[in-house]
Amino acid sequence: MTEQDRQRPDVAPGEPHDSLMSETISYVVGLGFALILTGLSFWVASTPLLWGPGVATGLVVLAIAQMGVHLVFFLHITSGPDNANNVLALAFGVLIVFLVMIGTIWIMGHMNANMGVGADLMNLQMQH
Amino acid sequence: MSTSQAAVIGLTHRASEDTGHGHRGPESKSIVVPYGFWLFVLSDIVLFSALFATYASLAHATDGGPTSRELFSRPTAGVETLALLLSSFVCGLAMIAARHRNLAWTQIWLLVTGLLGFAFLAIELREFASLIADGAPPQRSAFLSSFFTLVGCHGAHVTCGLLWIGTMMAQILAKGFQPHIMRRLLCLSIFWHALDIVWVAIFTLVYLVGTLP
Repeated sequence: MTEQDRQRPDVAPGEPHDSLMSETISYVVGLGFALILTGLSFWVASTPLLWGPGVATGLVVLAIAQMGVHLVFFLHITSGPDNANNVLALAFGVLIVFLVMIGTIWIMGHMNANMGVGADLMNLQMQH
Repeated sequence: MSTSQAAVIGLTHRASEDTGHGHRGPESKSIVVPYGFWLFVLSDIVLFSALFATYASLAHATDGGPTSRELFSRPTAGVETLALLLSSFVCGLAMIAARHRNLAWTQIWLLVTGLLGFAFLAIELREFASLIADGAPPQRSAFLSSFFTLVGCHGAHVTCGLLWIGTMMAQILAKGFQPHIMRRLLCLSIFWHALDIVWVAIFTLVYLVGTLP
């Protein structure tokens, strides 16, 4: 960390850069990446060329990549020292999101598989 | 404890001007307010993660009714995605214009942001109406209940965002680019970008993974 970094105050999340050029470029680059990733997602979902069982995983990876693009280029969340608070809050949020989603999907999936009833009956039970 | 002692055991914050006892005082409002709003947005995303988890658990509980493969149209989802992504981009342009105190372009870009958001909402509501008309209302199956809750909750957020955009346009016109107006504008942009992030998850999990052959 240089002396200059230490002098710089924290920045708010979403705060644009100082120069008109660099902030406009940031949004345009972000839009370009997001469009490419969105197009790729729709292509991956519809092409017969890829191995079927892997497509869903690939789509999730593309979605996470696009969320990263939005965070960096639109919300200006960076790894710089002036962004430490914003990144730490984000990291905690991501931790909770993963705990809730993976925990639920894991447990509910095993309940469906291990409760000793067939998928059809479980389907009936989960309708209400 | 002197400042140099605190520095040795790692209590200081950056350079030595902060003793770790609140000496330097809190950050300015222009940092604290958007940071607090960032915390709210993150907790809102945690709320959405619970709805996503519910949807993922119930996606196959269709009660013999229509399945996601039969109901959802990829082209419609594609148009919605494009509308919301462009809206998020234009919102960024509005922020740049506001930062340079350009009233006309700020208002124009905010208007375009709102119109694209409205287009997204109109397509979504039309889709909901056609689902309900085609015998797939929320009460049909657990799958449809969780679908309407998840996507409807996002739509409700977009509706709030549209009202907020209109409010900000009026406030900028009436009060100009005062510091507290700029803070609200920054919070609005954080909110609007976050909605697009949630939509990325929705179009992937609901509309793409849900319609895989």
